[in-house]
Amino acid sequence: MNSSFRILIKSPKFMFGACTLLAMIGLVLIYPLFNRSDPLEMIALAYQPPDAKLLLGSDNFGRDLFLELIYGIRTSLQVGLIAGVFATAIGLVIGLTSGYIGGMIDNLLTAVTNIFIVIPSFVILILISVSIDSRSSFVTAVIIGVTSWPWTARAVRAQTSSLRNRDHVNIAKISGYSTPRIIVSEILPYIASYVVMAFVLQTASGILSEASISMLGLGPYNTISLGIIMNWALVFEAPVAGAWWAFIPAAISIAMITFSLYMMNTGMDEIFNPKIRS
Amino acid sequence: MKGNNVLIEGKNLTKVFGFGGNKTTAVDNVSFAFHEGEIISIVGESGSGKTTLAKLIMGLLKESAGTIEYMGKPRRLKRHSDRRKYWKHIQAIFQDPFSSFNQFYRVEKLLLDCIKLQGEKLTKEEQLRRMKEACSFVNLKYEELHNKYPFELSGGQMQRLMIARIFILHPKLLIADEPTSMVDACSRSTILDMLLKLREENNMTIIFITHDVGLAYYVSDTLYIMEQGKVVEKGPAEEVILNPKHPYTRQLISDVPKIHSEWDLA
Repeated sequence: MNSSFRILIKSPKFMFGACTLLAMIGLVLIYPLFNRSDPLEMIALAYQPPDAKLLLGSDNFGRDLFLELIYGIRTSLQVGLIAGVFATAIGLVIGLTSGYIGGMIDNLLTAVTNIFIVIPSFVILILISVSIDSRSSFVTAVIIGVTSWPWTARAVRAQTSSLRNRDHVNIAKISGYSTPRIIVSEILPYIASYVVMAFVLQTASGILSEASISMLGLGPYNTISLGIIMNWALVFEAPVAGAWWAFIPAAISIAMITFSLYMMNTGMDEIFNPKIRS
Repeated sequence: MKGNNVLIEGKNLTKVFGFGGNKTTAVDNVSFAFHEGEIISIVGESGSGKTTLAKLIMGLLKESAGTIEYMGKPRRLKRHSDRRKYWKHIQAIFQDPFSSFNQFYRVEKLLLDCIKLQGEKLTKEEQLRRMKEACSFVNLKYEELHNKYPFELSGGQMQRLMIARIFILHPKLLIADEPTSMVDACSRSTILDMLLKLREENNMTIIFITHDVGLAYYVSDTLYIMEQGKVVEKGPAEEVILNPKHPYTRQLISDVPKIHSEWDLA
C-alpha cells in the first residue's frame, strides 16, 4: 500500500487536483481566523462592485460576498464529504453483501440497486427535500448520500463476486478465517483503491447536487452554501442588475472543487487501473 | 501404504448449480470411499466436475444431495468451529499458485495462520522453528523469504510454500487440484516428490485432481475417471490404465502424447 501511495504522489494529475483542493481547504480554514466578522452582517449598499475593501463586492443585502463565499465553500465541502461518506458506506455494505453471499440475496439486492438506478435520484432528492420541514446542511448531505449509492454498490458487487472465487479466498477459508475476517483481509484490500476513487467521485457529485437543490431554494436553512449564494443571486435578480460578482465566483468555486476532485480521481484511475497505466 | 480404514466416504453426491431453467448438474450421483494412506487420482477433461467434487469434499461447497462421512461419521459443517476442526484434517493445494496468495500480506503470515489453525499454544521461538523446518522441507530458505511479498516469488516457489503449509498442518487428507499444471516441468517433479514424501511421513491420503492420465498413473493407487459429472470408471490404477473398460477412458489414454511414436493430430 505504501508503494502505491508513492506512485500516486508522482502522478501530476493527482497532485494538481490534491494541491488545488488543499489550497481551497486551507483558505477556508484560515481566512475566518483573520476576518472574524459575521458573513450575514450587512455592511454596505446592495450590489456594490468589487473594490479594495470588499474583494468581491456586496450582495443584494449589502453583505461581504468574499466572506460569504468562504463560508459557502466550507459548507459545500462538508456536505459533499458527508454525502460521499454515506453513499460510499451504503454502496460498500450492499455491494459486499450481495457479491460475497451470492445466490438469492445477490439477486434481491441487485434488483433493489437497479430500481434505485432507474429512478432519477434528483427527483427523489427534490421530493424528500420538499417534504422535510427542518433541513440542516447535515440532513441535506444525508439525503444526497442516501440517493446516490447505487453505482458504488454495483461496482463493488461486481468486483467482490469475482474475488470471492479466487483461490486465496479459499485458502483463507480452509485456514479457518471467519467470514467477516475474510471480507476485511482478503476482499477489501483488493477493492480499496476502487472504493477510494468512488468516494472522491461521490464527494464531487454530492457538491454538485447540493448546489443544484440549493439553487432551486430547497437547500439547507440557516447556513451559507455555494448553491444558496447562487439562489440569492437568482431570486434578487443579480444578473439583471449586472452584478456578475454575486454569482460568477460561486460558480467558479463549485467548478474548481469538483474539477480538482475529478482530477484526483483520474490520476488515481491511471495508477490503480493497470490497463490504463500500460 | 494403503490402509484398510476408510477415511472419507461419499454416498450419492450430487451438486446442482443454478435454479429454474438453467440448471447444471456438475456432479451427478457420485459415490466413493477413500482409505487412509491411499493416493487417488480423479481424472477427467475440463468441465467434467472434478474440481466441483474436490470442493464438495473440502466443504467449500454444499452438496445438493447425498452425504459425506468422515471417519465413519457424517460430517458436520454448520458452525464455524466445526469447520475449523474439519479443516485441521482436510487441506488443499490449488492449481494456480499466483492466485493462491493474498498479495497484500507477507509470506510469513500464510505459515503463521497454519500454526494458529492447529490451535496449540507455542512460543515465538517454537513457531519460528516450525516455519524454518517447513521451509527447509520444501528446499526454501526461511530467512530469505519470510518478509517477502508473494509477487516477488516465482510460481514454483509459491507452490512449494503451499506444500510447506501442508507440512505444518499435516492433515489426514490432502486435495491437490492440478498442483503441477502451472509450474515448469522441473519444479513439477520436485513438487510431486515432495507430496509423495509427505504421504510417507504422515500416512496422509492424497487426492490428485488432474487431466493428465500419465501423471495419474505414475503417482496413484486408485483412479476415478469422470465424464460430465459422473464417475464412469474406477479401480486400481494398473487395471484401469492397462485394461480400460469404458470408451471414454480408452480415449483419454490414447490422447496422451507419446514421445516415441508419431503424433496423429488430424
